[in-house]
Amino acid sequence: PPAHSCNDWIGPPDKYSNLRPVIFYVPQNESLLERRLRELREETQAWNQRFWARQNVSFQQEKEEFIYSRLKAKGLKMRDETGQKATLNAEEMADFYKDFLSKNFRKHMHYNRDWYKRNFTITFLMGQVALERALRWLRWKKKNI
Amino acid sequence: YVTQHNRDLSQRAKPKSDSVAPPFHESQQLDQEKTVMHKIRPISPVHQPSSETSTRNELREMTSAAEVEGSVSSVKAGSKEERQWREMKLQLDDLPGILARLSKIKLTALVVSTASAGFAMAPVPFDLTCFLLASLGTGLASCAANSINQFFEVPFDSNMNRTKNRPLVRGQISPLLAVCFAASCGVPGIALLTLGVNPLTGALGAFNIFLYTCCYTPMKRMSIANTWVGAVVGAIPPVMGWTAATGSLDAGAVLLGGILYSWQFPHFNALSWGLREDYSRGGYCMMSVTHPGLCRRVALRHCLALIGLSTVAPVLDITTWTFPIISLPINLYISYLGFRFYRDADRSSSRKLFFCSLWHLPLLLLVMFTCKKPFLEKEEKGDLLSGNHGRALEIRLP
Repeated sequence: PPAHSCNDWIGPPDKYSNLRPVIFYVPQNESLLERRLRELREETQAWNQRFWARQNVSFQQEKEEFIYSRLKAKGLKMRDETGQKATLNAEEMADFYKDFLSKNFRKHMHYNRDWYKRNFTITFLMGQVALERALRWLRWKKKNI
Repeated sequence: YVTQHNRDLSQRAKPKSDSVAPPFHESQQLDQEKTVMHKIRPISPVHQPSSETSTRNELREMTSAAEVEGSVSSVKAGSKEERQWREMKLQLDDLPGILARLSKIKLTALVVSTASAGFAMAPVPFDLTCFLLASLGTGLASCAANSINQFFEVPFDSNMNRTKNRPLVRGQISPLLAVCFAASCGVPGIALLTLGVNPLTGALGAFNIFLYTCCYTPMKRMSIANTWVGAVVGAIPPVMGWTAATGSLDAGAVLLGGILYSWQFPHFNALSWGLREDYSRGGYCMMSVTHPGLCRRVALRHCLALIGLSTVAPVLDITTWTFPIISLPINLYISYLGFRFYRDADRSSSRKLFFCSLWHLPLLLLVMFTCKKPFLEKEEKGDLLSGNHGRALEIRLP
């Protein structure tokens, strides 16, 4: 984002986590509340990034392993004659999906709880910051009348 | 509610092929990767000196790799500007479009039409004002519920192909604004229903918002029972339409609700069959992933239930006996597709069932309306009218 910008900037989805990174703008006269909000958002962003990147990467890895082991059991190679990667059909993959979901269930439960907490806190803080800014603007207007 | 009905999305819901998703990227993506990397590099040195250089470094690492998503479909679907950094400033010209997508306006329109169907089927003289108020109120309630749902699901939506272009995921609107929008739709919507129509409809609307946002949405990640809750959510709007017209919850309302409840299962189960990979990765507990046999059985069961429910309609004096007769071929067809899905359990049968469900419901409701039991005799009709006016006056007086 350009140096003169006064807003946050959001980028394209991350390769691993599919989440869009945000670069937060730090105003000169950042209030305490604004700083708390920004730091919480940054921290949540990093936390989210870690969780989803790890999830997605382990999903891909386990999927590869599963396919490899199944193909081996069937006596097939990873690639056929034309060089295309051999694949399993949806029904065979279904076992893997079911397994992956149940393995990660508890992890998701904890994540969900934390995510809901963070989301509410961030939004509530945004509300407080908006209120603070509105009051500040009103005070400024009064002074300059 | 569980999915978006609209055409483009259901086509895009074509699942990613079962081929092993890259660790390796298609060659055409590499070129784009290079060009964008060049674009990003000149900008990155121009950072404001700040104490968060560490975070920025982290972000810089992420952005330099950030271009390419692993799937081909998103390359085709996303436009070039999606791959660039965007200022998070609310564009007022885009706001209507953004809010439309936030509130899932097309789905809302379908929900309002099922509520209108409920209103139309009620055996009372048609009151245009009441109808319009009820439709508007239901529409506002649906907008509110959909917005809150998207507010809760941002990181999950980012990770699923079907939902990754939603406004909150793309940062086009802040969460605070989304919540304010939801409140400014929900509160007037429910107020309109309670005060302008009747309290029962208002209560049903409020309950439905609660059920969708506070029960169904969290439950999607906790237990497969979410599908049944979601089916109830879909069944309530026609009941609301009926209670808006008659002011009471009679057997007809329950039957209409029942028809929509049963319809949800073939519709959703067929759709979810193709999304198993995304659900598994994203941590969603859906029958199609955890209990695939049950998924197909339930879909078939409810297709057959639709036949039964259509037969009950004339018994309850809602329609004439022509309704079960005319609707039989339609219901038999969807049951047949449901049976094929049950037996074959593959992508093509699930898609056929899903697409059938999209035209099955509007057609069924239309046939139902045309077979609606005609009005009573003239003198009884007169009594009914004066009775209704009396009731309407009662409602409007404070």
